[in-house]
Amino acid sequence: MSSATVAAAQAQGDHRSTNLPDIKLLMWLFLASDCMMFGALIATYMIYRERSLVGPFPVDVFDIPLTTVSTFVLLMSSFLMVLALHYLRVNDIPKFRLWTFGTAFFGSIFLGFQIYEFRHFVDLGLTVHQNLFGTTFFILTGTHGVHVALGVLMLLGFLISSYLRPTTGESSAVYLDVIALYWHFVDIVWIVIFTVIYLIEFV
Amino acid sequence: MAIGRQTAPAGRAGLFPRPTWTTGWLSWLTTVDHKRLGLMYIISSFIFMGLASLEAFIIRLQLARPEQQLVSPDVFNQLFTMHGMTMVFFAIMPLGIGLANYFVPLMIGARDLAFPRLNAFGYWVFSLAGIFLYTSWFLGGAPDAGWFGYSPLTSLTYNPGNGIDFYSISLLTSGFGTLVTAINLIVTVVNMRAPGMTMMRIPLFAWMVVVMSFLIIFAFPPLTIALFQLTLDRVFGTLHYVPEAGALPILWQHFFWIFGHPEVYIIIMPAFGIISEIIPTFSRKPLFGYPIMVLSGIFIGFMGFAVWSHHMFTTGLGPVANTAFALTSFVIGIPTGIKIFNWLGTMWGGSVRFTVAMLYAVAFLVTFTLGGITGIMVAIPPFDAQAQDTYFVVAHFHYVMGGGALLAYLGALYYWFPKMSGRMLDERLGKVSFWFTVIGFHTIFFPQHILGLMGMPRRIQTYEANIGLDFYNFLSTAGTFIMAIGVIMLAFDVFRQLRKPKWAPNDPWDGRTLEWATTSPPPHYDFAVLPQVTDRDPVWAWKHPELLETRDAISRAVDEDTQPEPAREVMIHLPGQSWWPFLMSAAIFVGSYALVYRNVWLMIASAFFVILTGFGWAFEGVGGHYEKVKAEKIDIKAGGQA
Repeated sequence: MSSATVAAAQAQGDHRSTNLPDIKLLMWLFLASDCMMFGALIATYMIYRERSLVGPFPVDVFDIPLTTVSTFVLLMSSFLMVLALHYLRVNDIPKFRLWTFGTAFFGSIFLGFQIYEFRHFVDLGLTVHQNLFGTTFFILTGTHGVHVALGVLMLLGFLISSYLRPTTGESSAVYLDVIALYWHFVDIVWIVIFTVIYLIEFV
Repeated sequence: MAIGRQTAPAGRAGLFPRPTWTTGWLSWLTTVDHKRLGLMYIISSFIFMGLASLEAFIIRLQLARPEQQLVSPDVFNQLFTMHGMTMVFFAIMPLGIGLANYFVPLMIGARDLAFPRLNAFGYWVFSLAGIFLYTSWFLGGAPDAGWFGYSPLTSLTYNPGNGIDFYSISLLTSGFGTLVTAINLIVTVVNMRAPGMTMMRIPLFAWMVVVMSFLIIFAFPPLTIALFQLTLDRVFGTLHYVPEAGALPILWQHFFWIFGHPEVYIIIMPAFGIISEIIPTFSRKPLFGYPIMVLSGIFIGFMGFAVWSHHMFTTGLGPVANTAFALTSFVIGIPTGIKIFNWLGTMWGGSVRFTVAMLYAVAFLVTFTLGGITGIMVAIPPFDAQAQDTYFVVAHFHYVMGGGALLAYLGALYYWFPKMSGRMLDERLGKVSFWFTVIGFHTIFFPQHILGLMGMPRRIQTYEANIGLDFYNFLSTAGTFIMAIGVIMLAFDVFRQLRKPKWAPNDPWDGRTLEWATTSPPPHYDFAVLPQVTDRDPVWAWKHPELLETRDAISRAVDEDTQPEPAREVMIHLPGQSWWPFLMSAAIFVGSYALVYRNVWLMIASAFFVILTGFGWAFEGVGGHYEKVKAEKIDIKAGGQA
């Protein structure tokens, strides 16, 4: 099949009414739905706030400086994400790989902080079985952690695929763009969680 | 190419070669064709509907006479729970989604949904979740806390069996399938319309599917989270709905109805769309007030999120909340009324042909309006305080769900059967079946209004003799036999016709929309040449150009969007079949049992397998091949009358 006929065929099959990539619309719609999911989890946390019958209570366990550091790392990963996408768009593949790995790495550091924090809380006697605070805290932040972990898996998957198949220019960047949307969304959710769960206890 | 699909590089096929079967059961297991998946959705829905009807039949037999002990109270609880869950989640909702799957791409002039493999995944997750739910009958008892599963009826303390695990996990997993299919449908309608098919020209069915999909996207997450919390409570011992730890059982009710009220619009939206297709076709008039029909659909969907507490009037939210939610509930009556009047306006002055599909559409109008009127009644808090948890409410929602949605879907079956199967259903037998079904339906459910007003509570296994409930209960049960005759006639006709060779014309009804501009059944690429749309009823505009001058301004406007006539021989991209959607669903299916039986290693294994299949899926790519198709424009006028 000559390239001209393929181009003609793609012009037929690839007609898109809005000139937006399908996959990007898919991600926006998924994020709208995910917003509602986190909304429901945060609402549960807020409704059950100060309803725990036994301790430990939030002020007993939270360590704001530690969580601030992990929050900073996560926010910086968004910055690296922007760099990775930019360098893929301008076809600077080594830098794209570096910053994609950097984003996944920073995400992993955040997850490490979270695992440390969870273990520390368990040592202090806070478990999902202990009280409503424990239940809602671990499930909300744990769900967020799973989102970060899936983001890391997607980034690493994309990084590996860049070695296996040609990954250049806009046609590949659209996929990284979609992962980046997801990544930034998960970061923004953390900002909300950090504010309404951690900081609110100390105002 | 930034836009649209990417072809997989040749020779890089992933872990195992892509399936290419075109016939046999393996081809159905790996298919990504929206028409095949649509048929699978529709057939699965009818199977689940049959099971749910059987449960309803046993319920009605138990209630036929006072103080019967046909089934024990425990089994009765399981029966009405499974009946409600199955009808809502595994029968009527997927029936709408299945019809959307089949007809939305055809109606907007696309060749498939935007994400064919995701579509397959949505189907497999849904159907395996339904099978998972039904195995509960043999594995220690079905769920027995009602389809709403109010806390703390579902807590481990009060409900130690497996039933509730099957309830929460099956709804959780099937919800994900519904969610991805909804996203898929929106992307398809937004992005894959044929040249010239502007948003204000797409058929109303496609519009209502978009509204339904947005409702799914925003309404399912609260249910997902509530079920997630319930599952964690039962499997891992968290405390979300454990009142002893200070938890609030009413939180469940809020989450459930924030989902639950939009859910009834999720069910009814495609039905509205179907009625808006059938009535204009058989009245030989364009839909009256198309823009206001679209807007009132969107408005109903939007307001659907502002009324959930009318399900909770008797929980003591206080007069302010009750008043606010009563008012928002009344407001929904306005756009719904607009729709009813516009359907009547479409029929007014038209030359109406009473085919079976049209009969069902008219029956829908009457029945749905009755259900809407009782809906307004129960939206009044003082009335609701009387009617709450009585058979009045049962009658109300069966009039909107059964009489509304189901009658519309039966109409759709008659309307689209030629397109889906290449055969036509018998109109004469269909009319007999129609009368049995509709009269049977009203005989079952109309007496339940009276039973409710006399104070008969819902969800009771039996009742005392001689307190005035005997006659109406007996009448209601008698109705099930009448309706069953109608439904069995319909089923008989479907199987009879399917044994005949394909003979249906391409356009038996003098149709208006694009699905009638292709063959019956359509080729796997749907359209050889993407149609050039210049009107809201494009196929009518081609067949009857002399009528165009009477049309509205939008339809007459010239499009810059419309492309010139393409080449006579076209290359059509067909997406490749795939194992991954089925394998991922199967992993979720196994993981569901792992959760029920608290098997941690199997949970970890299936979670790992889900991630593995995710990678396999992503690395496989869309793939597929190009098929050379001779672009013969179908002679629409030749389709003609049956």
